[in-house]
Amino acid sequence: MSKAHVYKRDHINTDEIIPARYLNTDNTAELATHCMEDLDTDFVKKCKAGDCIVAGDDFGCGSSREHAVWALQGAKVGAVIAKSFARIFYRNCINCGFYPIELADAAEKINNGDEIEIDYKKGVIKNKTQKKEFTFKPLPDFAIEIINDGGLLEHIKK
Amino acid sequence: MSMTITEKILAAAAGKKNVEPGDIIDAKIDCIMCHDVTTPAAISMLKEKGIDKVFDTEKIVVTPDHFQPAKDIKSAELHKRLDSWAREKKIKFYYPLGKAGVCHALLPEQGHIRPGEVIIGGDSHTCTYGAFAAFSTGIGSTDLAAAIATGTLWFRVPASMKFVLNGKLSKGVYSKDVILACIAKIGTDGALYKAMEFTGPTLKEMSMEARMTITNMAIEAGAKNGIIGFDEITKKYLDEHLKDKKQYKVYQSDADAKYEQTIEIDCSKLEPIVAMPHLPSGGKPISQCAGMKMDQSYIGSCTNGRIEDLRIAAAIMKGKKVAIRTIIVPATPEIWKQAMDEKLFDIFYAAGCVISAPTCGACLGGFMGILAAGEKCVSTTNRNFVGRMGSPKSEVYLASPATAAASAVEGKLVDPRKYM
Repeated sequence: MSKAHVYKRDHINTDEIIPARYLNTDNTAELATHCMEDLDTDFVKKCKAGDCIVAGDDFGCGSSREHAVWALQGAKVGAVIAKSFARIFYRNCINCGFYPIELADAAEKINNGDEIEIDYKKGVIKNKTQKKEFTFKPLPDFAIEIINDGGLLEHIKK
Repeated sequence: MSMTITEKILAAAAGKKNVEPGDIIDAKIDCIMCHDVTTPAAISMLKEKGIDKVFDTEKIVVTPDHFQPAKDIKSAELHKRLDSWAREKKIKFYYPLGKAGVCHALLPEQGHIRPGEVIIGGDSHTCTYGAFAAFSTGIGSTDLAAAIATGTLWFRVPASMKFVLNGKLSKGVYSKDVILACIAKIGTDGALYKAMEFTGPTLKEMSMEARMTITNMAIEAGAKNGIIGFDEITKKYLDEHLKDKKQYKVYQSDADAKYEQTIEIDCSKLEPIVAMPHLPSGGKPISQCAGMKMDQSYIGSCTNGRIEDLRIAAAIMKGKKVAIRTIIVPATPEIWKQAMDEKLFDIFYAAGCVISAPTCGACLGGFMGILAAGEKCVSTTNRNFVGRMGSPKSEVYLASPATAAASAVEGKLVDPRKYM
């Protein structure tokens, strides 16, 4: 079970997820301490392992920095549920074995603080607080294959 | 089957006769751009996985640029990792400090970009190279690592959007204003996952430098790539810049190629545009925003730090003084030298500007002109997200070099046309 941190915003960009002033390191633990800092200074304090971020359209737009995904992973974010994702960020998520979940009207269906449960294989989000279920389109097969192999590099090693 | 230029290049790279939007392909990579922020992580991943191979030491171009010269100990460590790897792997085209420049200005200038090729880079503005009728796109560190090892990468073939640029730009209006107008029209995700293909007579009067400003910002509309067809202007630039390998293949979109959308822009009607914070899509004509007080002007970056940009800025500042902090950042050592030889530095110095070494610097909030809380900067760069150039409480206003220079002189947003 995880808690939803809802940001009713479109275009949450990589500069907000991990500001460029911290890109002088690629250490995940260090990046994690600044995760979402320019959007919500309390995020790291609030986020418990497995919690989810919920947002509007175009999540992760901007830079190609994979540091954005590492920061989220380091902060123990379980998944990002957004109406849509920016291209490079989406690809980086898959390559790092981190699930980007596309859900129409995500930030309207889920309220801040709702307890949710995600079944990645079936493509179902259970909103325990609201006692509702939402289905999402699971990732394409080749992407699941990459994630199951443990990321792109393990995948190509095979 | 009719195809767009993007589809043709990707089909050829995948060894296929045809591809369609949505197809997943494995494409052969012709050139990989590596810089100091995303490449060190890729190198570590390869080491960690025990993958020692570099697919081709002559198809990788390495330059530190984001934090170079090293801005602090941590970035020095990144540079050290990049440097030892490039030397150990005997990467042929490695540009260390002194030769290093802002990657997307450096690679075309040093002759690494050819039409028809598939170019990737660990930087979102890699889409710049599409100005040369090539397919180019930005990727993250894991993809970079995979491509360095294998020379191939999977892609989903993007649908194409066509932007027809009609009409003659009026004096004082530039390619930066055109692309800001396009992004304002469709939004920062208006071309999400798509190819933005630019055509039309306005391009015929633009240099390659000016065209690169357009394709550079395709990512700001969410695009996978931006692309402009080959013509005499492309050829002339390549004749002057290609060094080692001078052959290339020219692809053109078929007349009946399919576009998801066609957008016509009458460029003759455009006035200088400034993108308001905090999205690149916040473009407003200067007539609607002139007078806003600024604290800093920044002229540089992969978008507008080329010699043509510096000439435009210098022509406006000649014989004048700037009213606010003004930072000039020539994007590469060659641009720096040329600006010095053309005595543009004398003009900038006399006007009260500071001239930096080539670097991405403050464009991404690294160093060399960071903003304090509450400060406003008119900038020739490409992004004005929250905190992009410093404090999360600062503001960035994106504009052309002419607008940034004129605004520097008056200390507020100003229509540059009054200085022409």
